Amino acid sequence: MALSKDEVLKVGALSRIRLTDDEVERFAGQLSSILDYVDKLNELDTSGVEPLAHALPLHNVLREDEPRPGLDPQKAVGGAPESAGGFFRVPRVIDDGSSA
Amino acid sequence: MATIDLTACRMRDALRARNLSAVEAAGACLEAIDRLNPGIRAFLSTDAQGARRRAEEIDKRLDAGEDVGLLAGVPVAVKDNMCTDDGQPTSCASRILENWRAPYNAHVVERLLEEGAVIVGKTNMDEFAMGSSTENSGFEATRNPWDLDRVPGGSSGGSAAAVSARMVPMALGSDTGGSIRQPAALCGVVGLKPTYGRVSRYGLVAFASSLDQIGPFGRTVEDAALLLQATAGHDPRDSTSVPEADQPVPDYLAALDEPVAPLRIGVPKEFFGEGLDAEVEKIVRDALAVYAGLGAELVNIDLPHSTDYAIATYYIVATSEASSNLARYDGVHYGHRSSDHADMIDMYMRSREEGFGDEVKRRIMLGTYALSAGYYDAYYKKALQVRRLIRQDFDRAFEKVDCIMGPTSPTAAFRQGEKTDDPLTMYLSDVYTASCNLAAIAGVSIPCGFTEAGLPVGLQILSGVFTEERLLRIARMYERETDWPSRAPPVCGEAP
Repeated sequence: MALSKDEVLKVGALSRIRLTDDEVERFAGQLSSILDYVDKLNELDTSGVEPLAHALPLHNVLREDEPRPGLDPQKAVGGAPESAGGFFRVPRVIDDGSSA
Repeated sequence: MATIDLTACRMRDALRARNLSAVEAAGACLEAIDRLNPGIRAFLSTDAQGARRRAEEIDKRLDAGEDVGLLAGVPVAVKDNMCTDDGQPTSCASRILENWRAPYNAHVVERLLEEGAVIVGKTNMDEFAMGSSTENSGFEATRNPWDLDRVPGGSSGGSAAAVSARMVPMALGSDTGGSIRQPAALCGVVGLKPTYGRVSRYGLVAFASSLDQIGPFGRTVEDAALLLQATAGHDPRDSTSVPEADQPVPDYLAALDEPVAPLRIGVPKEFFGEGLDAEVEKIVRDALAVYAGLGAELVNIDLPHSTDYAIATYYIVATSEASSNLARYDGVHYGHRSSDHADMIDMYMRSREEGFGDEVKRRIMLGTYALSAGYYDAYYKKALQVRRLIRQDFDRAFEKVDCIMGPTSPTAAFRQGEKTDDPLTMYLSDVYTASCNLAAIAGVSIPCGFTEAGLPVGLQILSGVFTEERLLRIARMYERETDWPSRAPPVCGEAP
């Protein structure tokens, strides 16, 4: 299955990865050949086969809701590119209305 | 015998007998790293000062007659995707986490410290464990100690090369589709992927959560057993970690030398098909003959979905899970943020563009595509259905046989740069290893000989869930008959 450049750009946007023109070109070819390989799976009749997301049985794991120490907030934000007062700092997300 | 030539178990004996101090053991490893790492580049960081300080403390406790634990004074290396709060970075060999320092220790790191190990450094890997050659490291490629022009395998290539070149007696790696077993094979060491749930992944940076598992590297089966013993067991902080009541951790060392008899070995024809190098095939068949000579019965079996179909399944399941797990690298919580951005979304997109390497971008995009509207059923759901067929193949096989054997990798170590332009060719390096993770079973690679060119070849042994104790005994049966672990790569030379 061949991926067009537009599709690669769309997947890049969904993945939140900015792509150069070179990368779009290269990834289109590489992702297409990987998807061609994956198409092998269509040789198999899987009608009626229950999907297996996890190979061992998973159970909900519950514990008593008791207070206990967590990660110190200063430590938790310590690896962030920008922080202030124990919070993560991000670029402005909400328009302040002045340009409206 | 020089200190670095001691296996972990013999080093541990010498430490307990006080014929060797922890300071001497750490010093010998740090000296070997100084001498060999510039050529091999197995380590991304070392902590010489911290290791010496810790070794001194362990020596004091050993001198006082204290029980310092299973690994008292033994130096260990840790793959750089496991969190350490010792001041060393935890980078996953990614620019996006360059210089990031974890605020806590991974469960396995806590266990190593509780058992008295001395952590000397963090090892190189393919970025976020995505790759089979350690060439995808965001920093530098690790070299194969047996031939510096060749790859060590991956993604745990740094750990495999460090143990192979005797810079440390043992190391931890992680295995999502073969990332412990394949580099173990290419570097001529023992590498074990335990059953899913046997070792806690708390503090392991997530790649594909339904597949990731931490496991040991050692030069001998005994050393792998020792490191598994130290790290296996329940941890409530990883909800997939199996409770002791359901699966108690056995003593992996107690009966290691007892052969498994009778032993029925499944030999799948799919593991000896097209693509397998003739020299590798001969060496692996010779290893099977050794087992036959010990009285084992070789049984031809079929694993119809466990090679090509497993790779196709793996690259949908693993990339889908990765596309979600790696969403957290957004320029906000950890690591790199682009200095140049117009708004929030642009900041995400530029930070990820600048921070991730090509293979990580490809896999995130492939997974995003497989999960996107309109393609979910065709790719993700289909892959999960085939995953069940793979699991059923193994269930049927293990009704007839005790274990399954074949080559770990279709070729010995390939040349640096040989497969970097063609991701699909690189993916096929894991053609015999990926099915084990999809089925959640246990697998080990042990050295079983060398090619004419002097490159190591690995024998892969797979066995059912939570049968590591028997698996290690089966591996040990072969090791006792041969002597591959005594060979050191020529680069090691004579230790001063």
